[in-house]
Amino acid sequence: MNTDQHREKRRLENPSAKFKLKIQRRENQDASATWETFELPYRRNLNVISALMEIRKNPVTVEGKSTTPPVWDMSCLEQVCGICTMVIDGRVRQSCSALIDDLLLESNSDTVTLQPMSKFPNVRDLKVDRSKMFDHLKQVHAWIELDGSYDLGPGPQISNEVAQERYAYSRCMTCGCCLEACPQYGDDNYIGPQAIAQARLFNMHPTGKIEIEERLNGLLGDDGIGNCGNAQNCVQVCPTSIPLTRAIYETNRDVTVNALFGWLKK
Amino acid sequence: MASTSLKFAIVGGGLAGLAAAMKIAEAGHEVDLISVVPVKRSHSVCAQGGINGAVNTKGEGDSPAKHLDDTVYGGDFLANQPPVKRMCDMAPQIIYLFDRMGVPFSRTKEGLMDFRRFGGTLHHRTAFAGASTGQQLLYALDEQVRKWEVGGKVTKYEGWEMLSLVLDDHQVCRGLIAMNLQTLELKAFKADAVIMATGGPGLIFGKSTNSMTCTGSAVSACYQQGARYANGEFIQVHPTSIPGEDKLRLMSESARGEGGRVWVPRKDGDGRNPRDIPENERWYFLEEKYPAYGNLVPRDIATREIFQVCLEGHGVAGENQVYLDLTHIPAETLTRKLGAILEIYEMFVGDDPRYVPMRIFPGVHYSMGGLWVDFEQRTNLPGLFAAGECDYSIHGANRLGANSLVSCVYGGFVAAPSAIDYAKNVERGNTETNGIYDAELKKQREINDQIIKNEGGENQYKLHEEMGKIMTDNVTVVRYNDRLQATDDKLRELQERFSRISINDSNLWATQAVPHARQLWNMMQLARVITLGALNRNESRGAHYKPDFPDRDDENFMKTTIAEYSDEAPVLSYEPVDVSLVEPRKRDYSKGKAAK
Repeated sequence: MNTDQHREKRRLENPSAKFKLKIQRRENQDASATWETFELPYRRNLNVISALMEIRKNPVTVEGKSTTPPVWDMSCLEQVCGICTMVIDGRVRQSCSALIDDLLLESNSDTVTLQPMSKFPNVRDLKVDRSKMFDHLKQVHAWIELDGSYDLGPGPQISNEVAQERYAYSRCMTCGCCLEACPQYGDDNYIGPQAIAQARLFNMHPTGKIEIEERLNGLLGDDGIGNCGNAQNCVQVCPTSIPLTRAIYETNRDVTVNALFGWLKK
Repeated sequence: MASTSLKFAIVGGGLAGLAAAMKIAEAGHEVDLISVVPVKRSHSVCAQGGINGAVNTKGEGDSPAKHLDDTVYGGDFLANQPPVKRMCDMAPQIIYLFDRMGVPFSRTKEGLMDFRRFGGTLHHRTAFAGASTGQQLLYALDEQVRKWEVGGKVTKYEGWEMLSLVLDDHQVCRGLIAMNLQTLELKAFKADAVIMATGGPGLIFGKSTNSMTCTGSAVSACYQQGARYANGEFIQVHPTSIPGEDKLRLMSESARGEGGRVWVPRKDGDGRNPRDIPENERWYFLEEKYPAYGNLVPRDIATREIFQVCLEGHGVAGENQVYLDLTHIPAETLTRKLGAILEIYEMFVGDDPRYVPMRIFPGVHYSMGGLWVDFEQRTNLPGLFAAGECDYSIHGANRLGANSLVSCVYGGFVAAPSAIDYAKNVERGNTETNGIYDAELKKQREINDQIIKNEGGENQYKLHEEMGKIMTDNVTVVRYNDRLQATDDKLRELQERFSRISINDSNLWATQAVPHARQLWNMMQLARVITLGALNRNESRGAHYKPDFPDRDDENFMKTTIAEYSDEAPVLSYEPVDVSLVEPRKRDYSKGKAAK
């Protein structure tokens, strides 16, 4: 949001009555990718999801060919669950918050192109399997160890400053944008920014700190933090503006300190 | 299986389901956790405001007793009070537990948790984490349950949808059947007890503030197999949501709190840019009808008025929308006070609400009704439990803001030990279970086969749209008996047309057509429960409003509606409400809260 002055949002001027949605299709993981184009009536407040919902009601391509309804994931539609992420006009983002008007304006064309994320197994059409990201959270022990969930009173006192910094990391919805954009991520060779940031989230907590070694150990393997190539694409594409490069920097520092400390302990 | 370790199936991985899973795992038992989406993407993420608990850190003399009073008063005395009391007593402990789990709650200068005020109370009782408290609480439980997953106690089945319960010949729940949403494989999950935690059924209304997973389908399946459904007619409609092509997104009440004005053009269908419409050609209908309170009339009144204006054709451009206008307030003030929520509007609509009036409309938001449970979260089917929005127990006729998160966790925390207790002590006798799983699997497979085979040309997404429209028009804010009856007629017509849908997807791998068809059928069943419950309740109470019966009628209707399935129509009966703790009194927010 612009904070200082009145700025009209740029809109498509005299939008044409119709626009096209070009969708990469794939019948299943083993099938090869094909393209299908659909034509839809333009409405100002359409987002990519509602355009897909229109197609689903009547899956006929621009050439008049009946086809199967495109498959994609969606849930909250408020850019907070992360499930509807895909590559739209070449850029990875959530499809619920991608407005057709903005996209046509930006590309200066009559077509919006949809592809599945490329760094995860493609299930069908625009749907991918990101379960690996949750495995990465296991690898870095992304949780606080509790003695039990029974009543033990409040947690430790924490300054609002630290709470706010942690909140920024805790907004990660495991959408995978950062991994899609990362040149190092792929083929299991790098755990990637999301898990590192989640390790940082818990390492910053007074109770979480107790387990810091467990978490750092998860980042020291072959796929560990050392693979970051500092391209900084991750922060560019993160939809919730998580300071991912800062998490990587600070976690690297923790690794160094911990390694030194560990060596002194021997 | 070792006699000490029991097996539970939990359906739904939002706050309630994860809360129950954590408790069961901690008690040393095993959980199969079934969820249509990865649990971290459950609808609990959408809750923004906060979680209520009378922690009383502000020197205001708040107490769980006051939380109880606010909750049952706000619920218009339709909730059984003992479980509400138990929830309010437990709420501070629940909040402290989340604090220990590392939820980044906003803090005070001293580094303690901060609390804010919310609707329906005079106390600072709401703990919050930025503008996404539900997301933060869900993530905390997701993390704890992931730890138990690593520890081998919890097995997640994400991308699986429950289709039916498996009942033995004594109508005892022995597990469930679920479908893999990629392969369409059906699998029987055997369990010593099953906990339903599937959230609300907002999609019955087509567009709502709910996530696309909130179909109520699994709960409807339970209902069709004999579980009682309670107070279905109580659906909360939030006055200000942002109409979208795909869903309705919530616009917080604080926009009106900061001076937002609601209006429509005086001339029907006036298509001019709102800023070009002069003041005397705008109809500020709330200010006109309620000069004292203006735009800050209570939520249910605001909802009713906006709805009525649009139903009569006075909405902006003839559509279901009115202006919520902040543009008379300096932009910098708005940025400071409302920045985060205005960003949501800008992101999805594209307009900057500081300069362009927002277009809003009431949106279906929450179901107070749900599976009937007793005070230990047990449904009427032995072995079947329910927790969270999918159970009816806490909110009566209307839910207060920030009470949903606490009721979800409470429900999970009560359902888990209750289910364990049941499973430990149940006498199985010599009940035959051989074959019950296979029989149910076969039945469900046949339903799928039939759906795949059908060729009648009806489009299921259009049927869904028709159902959503008529439910939204007739069974939300203002209800008339003739329209409710007409709605039920329409629902039966839709059910009849359902048998003629063609799924239009020749590729069954990861198809969304078969699951959606299953959900649609189940939604239609619950839609009838909601509609006929409303038809039969001839009074106005909380979210249920009938102009022909404008008053609350405690004598005849301070009762829980119970719906039981039959092939013809839901069979309705009524059960008295336990009001043993707070004596019912008239709900009247216009004069401040009446003294106890």
